[in-house]
Amino acid sequence: MPTPVEIIQAWRERLARAEGAAYCDALQEAAGDRVLCGALQEVMPELAHVWQRRIDRRRLLQLLGASLAMSGAAGCSRAPREKLVPYTAMPEGLVPGIPQTWATALSRGGSYAHGVLVKTHMGRPIKVEGNPRHPASRGASDAFSQAAPLELFDPERSRACTRRGAIVSSSAVLRALAAVRDRWSARAGRGLAVLTGSTSSPTLQRQVHALKSQLPEARWYVHEPIDRSSVIEGAALAFGRPAEPIYDFTRARVVVALDADFLDAMPGHLSYARAFADARRALDRHDSVNRLYAAQSTATLVGARADHRLSVKATQVNGLARRLAVLLGVIDDGTSSHDQEHERWLRLAAADLQAHQGEALVLCGDHQPAAVHVLVHAINEKLGNFGRTIRLIDPVADASRSNGDLRALCARMAGGAVDALFMLDVNPVYSAQADLPFAELLSRVPFALHSGLYQDETAGASEWHVPAQHAFETWSDVRAFDGSASIVQPVIAPLYPGWSLPQWLALIMKGEPGDAMGIVRGTWRALWAPARDRDFERRWHESLASGVVDKSQSASLTTALDRNWQAHVQRSVPSEGLELRFTADASVWDGRYANSAWLQELPRPLTSLTWGNALLISSALARELRVVNGDHVSVEHAGHELTAPVWIMPTDYPRHTLTLALGYGRTRAGEIGTDVGVSAYRLRTSAAPWLGTNVKVRAVEGHSALAAVQLHHEMHGRDLARQMTLDGFTAGARASHSEGNRLPSLYPEIDRHGRYAWGMTIDLNACIGCGVCTIACQAENNIPAVGKAQVLLGREMHWIRVDSNRVGDRGEETVFQPVPCMQCERAPCEYVCPVEASVHDSEGLNVQVYNRCIGTRDCSQNCPYKVRRFNWLDYNGYEREQPLAAPAAVMNPDVTVRSRGVMEKCTYCVQRISRARIQSKIEERTIREEEVIPACAAACPSHAIVFGDLLQSDQEIHRWRGSARHYVLLEELGTRPRTTYLAALRNSKPLDDETLKS
Amino acid sequence: MSAERVSVLKPGETYASATDQISALVLTEPTRRTWVLFFVTSAALAVVYLYAITAVFAIGVGLMGINIPVAWGWPLVNVVWWIGIGHAGTLISAILLLLRQPWRTSINRFAEAMTIFAAGIAGMFPFIHLGRPWYFYFLLPYPNTMTLWPQWRSPLVWDFFAISTYILVSILFWYQGLIPDLATLRDRARTRRTQLIYGFLALGWRGSIRHWRRYETVYLLLAGLATPLVVSVHSVISLDFAVTIVPGYHSTIFPPYFVAGALLSGFCMVITIAVPLRRAFRLEPYITERHFDVMAKVMLSAGMVVIYSYAVELFTAWYSGDPFERGMLVNRALGPHATLFWIMLAVNAGVLQLLWLKRVRTSIPMLFTLAIVINTAMWIERYVIVITSTQRDYMPSAWGTVSETHYDWALLLGSLGLFFFLMCLFIRFLPVISIHEVRELIHEQEEQRS
Repeated sequence: MPTPVEIIQAWRERLARAEGAAYCDALQEAAGDRVLCGALQEVMPELAHVWQRRIDRRRLLQLLGASLAMSGAAGCSRAPREKLVPYTAMPEGLVPGIPQTWATALSRGGSYAHGVLVKTHMGRPIKVEGNPRHPASRGASDAFSQAAPLELFDPERSRACTRRGAIVSSSAVLRALAAVRDRWSARAGRGLAVLTGSTSSPTLQRQVHALKSQLPEARWYVHEPIDRSSVIEGAALAFGRPAEPIYDFTRARVVVALDADFLDAMPGHLSYARAFADARRALDRHDSVNRLYAAQSTATLVGARADHRLSVKATQVNGLARRLAVLLGVIDDGTSSHDQEHERWLRLAAADLQAHQGEALVLCGDHQPAAVHVLVHAINEKLGNFGRTIRLIDPVADASRSNGDLRALCARMAGGAVDALFMLDVNPVYSAQADLPFAELLSRVPFALHSGLYQDETAGASEWHVPAQHAFETWSDVRAFDGSASIVQPVIAPLYPGWSLPQWLALIMKGEPGDAMGIVRGTWRALWAPARDRDFERRWHESLASGVVDKSQSASLTTALDRNWQAHVQRSVPSEGLELRFTADASVWDGRYANSAWLQELPRPLTSLTWGNALLISSALARELRVVNGDHVSVEHAGHELTAPVWIMPTDYPRHTLTLALGYGRTRAGEIGTDVGVSAYRLRTSAAPWLGTNVKVRAVEGHSALAAVQLHHEMHGRDLARQMTLDGFTAGARASHSEGNRLPSLYPEIDRHGRYAWGMTIDLNACIGCGVCTIACQAENNIPAVGKAQVLLGREMHWIRVDSNRVGDRGEETVFQPVPCMQCERAPCEYVCPVEASVHDSEGLNVQVYNRCIGTRDCSQNCPYKVRRFNWLDYNGYEREQPLAAPAAVMNPDVTVRSRGVMEKCTYCVQRISRARIQSKIEERTIREEEVIPACAAACPSHAIVFGDLLQSDQEIHRWRGSARHYVLLEELGTRPRTTYLAALRNSKPLDDETLKS
Repeated sequence: MSAERVSVLKPGETYASATDQISALVLTEPTRRTWVLFFVTSAALAVVYLYAITAVFAIGVGLMGINIPVAWGWPLVNVVWWIGIGHAGTLISAILLLLRQPWRTSINRFAEAMTIFAAGIAGMFPFIHLGRPWYFYFLLPYPNTMTLWPQWRSPLVWDFFAISTYILVSILFWYQGLIPDLATLRDRARTRRTQLIYGFLALGWRGSIRHWRRYETVYLLLAGLATPLVVSVHSVISLDFAVTIVPGYHSTIFPPYFVAGALLSGFCMVITIAVPLRRAFRLEPYITERHFDVMAKVMLSAGMVVIYSYAVELFTAWYSGDPFERGMLVNRALGPHATLFWIMLAVNAGVLQLLWLKRVRTSIPMLFTLAIVINTAMWIERYVIVITSTQRDYMPSAWGTVSETHYDWALLLGSLGLFFFLMCLFIRFLPVISIHEVRELIHEQEEQRS
């Protein structure tokens, strides 16, 4: 005999399950159920009179009114249990209108973090800058962190727990969890499986360890679509222990990159880009410049910046490494059947390496098989590079405790051994390899729970979904590429309910989420083992304030090559036929950032495509297939087939390679990210996740318009993006055609009585073309995203664009050129504006007065650089809702949000200048150099942009402008730009026949 | 000389016959079916125009085919084209009056009406083109708290004044010429209502000697005032382009080039209107082959100036050695809109030469076809100038083009609809030919005969 409470509970559950008409039926049935009525009378006798009285008209209206009022009241959530602090006691240091900055860390993908400083305005995080004290950032940041505030405030983030798509309370989740916990607790965790992305978090590692000791039968799987497993495996084969190499480009005079995109795809890329750029800065002709040899199997930024480039198939890289090893005497294996071009490239590289032992660096791409890594390690060992330009550390994202990857999980699920599956911050239904029937297996798991930022594909396929917390909302910790740890601290209270990753582990182990900060502090208390509590607190606060835990870098491993390393070298034969390269996408990574309009609209490096991916093919293959850009082809690989639009690459792209970026073709990403591009995962197999061989491709019906922002990469003989040879530079050549960058003019000099004269100089030799400046500017200046249709019309709004220009005799070399407003001293835009909306200020800025602008667009017509952008439509959603308009919360309050019909353009971040000016006036001094850094310059990984006051001769910009590489874009027009450039340098090895013969 | 004068009118016309026939068009003629057909069609198109304008104002100029780098699109092409059409009227009425060309008499009235309607429509396009048209008054030098005046160096400000002055003077000139005829209509009106309306519009004209004396003086003065405007308005519009540094815009030939182009397309439009008008209302006695012959000659001479300008542009680009100027021409000839460039050249430089033949000049159907074809090519010429220049200017990385949208078509065709709608109304309510000037001509004819 159930108790009355149980009867009521049973009914409650039944009602909770019912929906729509069934719910009404159930209510009616409940009203007539004698047992239930009896139970209710027993439990709540005071309510008896309500249903026993006859209901008259008056009573009915009362009840209707009351239920209306109550439903309103029920919509309000309870006040949080924590103590609320009244605002009369101002948080320390907070001045309304003055932003505050907090140090925390963000990681691209899952594991490799870089430190960031989050600027919050009255508690709203609106802008991310790199943390100069963090070794992986050095002040720079990547596109994903720039878009992080938008992701935080994305209205399409998951806001509530759901069960089979219906909203449930978080207590319902906890109840269900308690039920399954009982089952696995009794069996030492048998049937429990946790799936996460790869993680470098010390807290998570500690928790996983605790989980495994508490529940020995529990399983932990790691699914990271873009991982480094072959790097670690390669080191394990070469040295006998898993390790990761980290590089020091500042000390490398010669770099040979074998299909390694260390400027973009590799962990630590921000710091590598800076070090690489610094090693070839060369303002003076006596400065040293490194030399980069790059073999690439697809279009990469490293290839674009290389002094000697070779385009090969991915499977030929092993052969290149072998031949290089032979030439350097690392291994001894007879002849090589390379073609002449390869041989020449290899001989040049080998000679250069030989000449720079200990100052050279050979590296290969993360996606290359472990055997290539072994060879590269052996070459570096032979050249004595270890300890100088390269060192080994323990893997940052330690997966040694895991029970395998998604393939292992699928095998276990297929065996029916998974009763409860927790998928935390992963989206395996979308990103599972094509040969794994994950979604189908998932439907057979009795208890499947997904936690993520979005109601994504996996949420749709799981019974339970719980919103995850954004990195800005929670406590955690992460490590960088070199092992440096950072503590992730929240910069805003959680917008939606949910639990962070450490809380999930606590939930699984203890049944309650606990306090995330407490969990993280527990980890560090254990790691530091402080003698006194005071010591711990001091260290904790220091770590939070600086954004990086002091002395947490991983120690270098001192290991010698394994005696049997040669056994792991493979003699793989290059594949016949076409190869298909999968790459991480510069904008959506593995797909997780798909719902960000800023990222989707950020032109992808080299192709300048926005809003989607395309199958990159060589022009030779395009001719064979008779396709033009956007035509559909069908790609067949390992029994899987996919139709994708093509994008034809320039002539130097490897002829037999197809490239498809991961992360697109999402089906449940949100309004912005759904159905953008095609999903490369449908062709990706778990056996060869990075490379498909023997791929078949044929043209099929269909065409998609592809939204590229730069349609012309040739310069038609115009001297816009300039490049010098190092020999010429050393011999004293100048990039500029005029003396002192001032052509004579018929017009009188304009005398401007400013206290400052702002200027910007951009080093084309440092620019790696990543485009972070573009999105940093977008985040700082409230620049709207306009959507694919508008980009196709040529209406993207970015204030700074990164041109990739093809230079050289055959257009085979690339020079990237960021183009913001030139802030001309004699601006063509100013005199044509009939209403004086485009005017000059006393500090040399060419300013645009939005209030005054009536939108004649004459300024843009007359701008030779075409850097002005127009609000053709109401992109910011003033007048009607725009799906792409950024939420008001993410807007920078220092910058006007522009209405339709108004022209806008780069302002040199005038709001930052104003803020510094105010501060300097208060302190009665001039503005200091480091006080004003525009968003583009601040974000730039390679420090390619310098900004300063031309009147203060001690500023860095003067050193830059004094270089022989300095020139002015379209100088002959007499516009006198304040933005100027330093020409790129090409450091080709002089051809000498001796090298080739030997 | 005298023979020429005679041929301007069909012989045998008297004061009474001319007055009867022309005033009857307004007062007594029943509404014709062709007129109704024209009227309804053009009214429908005018509604389309209204719709398109409303949409562009409410949603934004982004509805039209414009972008960066081509920030000036069809509205600007239409401004230049329409203002060009608006040229012929003033030229005929003012300059030919001063030059004492008797053949202007039969065509000046509707040519002037055409001018006003065309210039008015042209004047609307800059507002349609504005990003925030509701702030158009920022262009005016009105006193304001910011003590801010317009940028006097900007040709768009000159434009604003040039077009508004032109429209104002054209309306004055036209209306003054109408006054004696309005009085004639008042005197011949049969209903009280028409008498009152035309009487009000005639401003108390009694035809006294004193009236005529003052009329002639003011008319001559206004003609003198209007004459420089014919040259100035399009010159100023051409400066919108010429003062920029855009290759393809930045050219000193532009003022005469634009004025000549304006005359060419203006006379095309006069012929386009005169032919059906003459046919439908049996105005052959007043608009004779002689008129068409003379107009064709004006077209030919203006066209030769246009061809010269094309040649100068080509020569300058080559002779300057400037890669950007050369690139601009290469783009026009081989770029995405090359077809239009070649059509423009083929018609304006090629087909136009047919006008050397007297047979063509006096053949009404041929002339009519030619006028429409050349006027279309003139629109294309403006398209080539306005749009292909910024398509590919200095930085190849910023190159891009744009294609027109439904709204562009709606605005162009709709503006044509509005134009013909207004012309239909004009034909029905005002004398299409100046009655008093025809009478004057008959008088001269008789004097010569006697």
